[in-house]
Amino acid sequence: MNGVHDMGGMHGMGPVVEEKNEPVFHHEWEGRIFAMNLAMGGWRKWNLDAHRHSRELIPPAEYLRMSYYEKWVAGLVELMVQSELTTHAEIESGVPAAGSTKAVPALTADQAVARVTKGAPSRRDLDVAARFQVGQRVCARNIHPLGHTRLPRYARGKSGTIDRDHGVFVFPDANAHFLGEKPQHVYSVCFAARELWGAQAAGEKDSVYLDMWDDYLEPA
Amino acid sequence: MTSNLNQPHQHEHDHQAVPSDPALRVKALESLLVEKGLVDRAALDALVDVYEHKIGPRNGARVVARAWSDPAYKQRLLSDADAAIAEMGYGGMQGEHMLVVENSAKVHNLVVCTLCSCYPWPVLGLPPVWYKSAPYRSRAVIDPRGVLREFGLELSEDVEVRVWDSTAELRYLVLPEKPAGTDGMNEEALAALVTRDAMVGVAKVSVSKSGSAA
Repeated sequence: MNGVHDMGGMHGMGPVVEEKNEPVFHHEWEGRIFAMNLAMGGWRKWNLDAHRHSRELIPPAEYLRMSYYEKWVAGLVELMVQSELTTHAEIESGVPAAGSTKAVPALTADQAVARVTKGAPSRRDLDVAARFQVGQRVCARNIHPLGHTRLPRYARGKSGTIDRDHGVFVFPDANAHFLGEKPQHVYSVCFAARELWGAQAAGEKDSVYLDMWDDYLEPA
Repeated sequence: MTSNLNQPHQHEHDHQAVPSDPALRVKALESLLVEKGLVDRAALDALVDVYEHKIGPRNGARVVARAWSDPAYKQRLLSDADAAIAEMGYGGMQGEHMLVVENSAKVHNLVVCTLCSCYPWPVLGLPPVWYKSAPYRSRAVIDPRGVLREFGLELSEDVEVRVWDSTAELRYLVLPEKPAGTDGMNEEALAALVTRDAMVGVAKVSVSKSGSAA
């Protein structure tokens, strides 16, 4: 979706401000909601791509106003309600609905730590043919999907060169909507900065590398 | 908790608004999820502990220091980062597929995620606020040299800037240049020089900045 989350190349957002000696979490609740997102992922009612998409669905004005972890609150609520793990009424009241069943068992501390230590690879060991080869000139398709996509607007319609083939990965545009993994090759595509931004781009040799799935590309 | 949206046409999304006190909201949410059996408080405590105390940029700094000290390790790190980082005991969520990019006198690498805030957690920990902010996400790809200037890093025109936008599941770690005046330093001393910012590509490693573990 052409959402406000797709920020590459936008103007007017102000300077980058670095905080010295920044804590991992600024408030206790930030750590709690971060951990709740990870722990709730253990129920496998959604996947990584749906998790990202839940935050993209936050209305643009809200998205820009909210802090990072406020978005994680909104996204988790959306996912839990969609997957019927809880209801809006329960979230508003803070107590389980009368007669609702209790889910068991929740992820234990050891299981939760094992989950993050192990990770969840998105690469698939599948024999899927690559549509492009290293060194080939390609063009990012000029598409505007209504749902989740990882093809940024600033690259659409632009030409680049396949720098390397990362192998076969889950395709987020399908997976975020529970339409299957549609595994396909992902490539690192090198775009000249001047191809993306025109003559104003500072360095003639400067470039931006984007990781692109087969379905995002066509031969240049 | 009602919405404070000022966009009535978006009423279908009202439920996503977060009230002004997220602390209360999150506390109530945690109680609800515990009550429903969906989360175990001990699991939340453990996860917070992992990211506050166990996983952070010191991990990445040790990887960099070893690469600076051991040419064979550096080769493995650049050719198969997952295996080389696993050798050091690091890996896991948001670091399943790693790529290490090397800075030199001629090439400067910078990492961003314009679409959200993808970041290599196992080696750098959770990202700082500036990395997740709209200014960084919007500008790193269109004006990397301007962004670097704000971090106090002025690159000469003949240095090639490569920006890595982490739009897929590959996660990037910058291998900074080993600073002059560090010959003979052991890995532990070298690791103490390596900052988070240098491993994202918004800074260089310098001997004078020793101890500022930004």
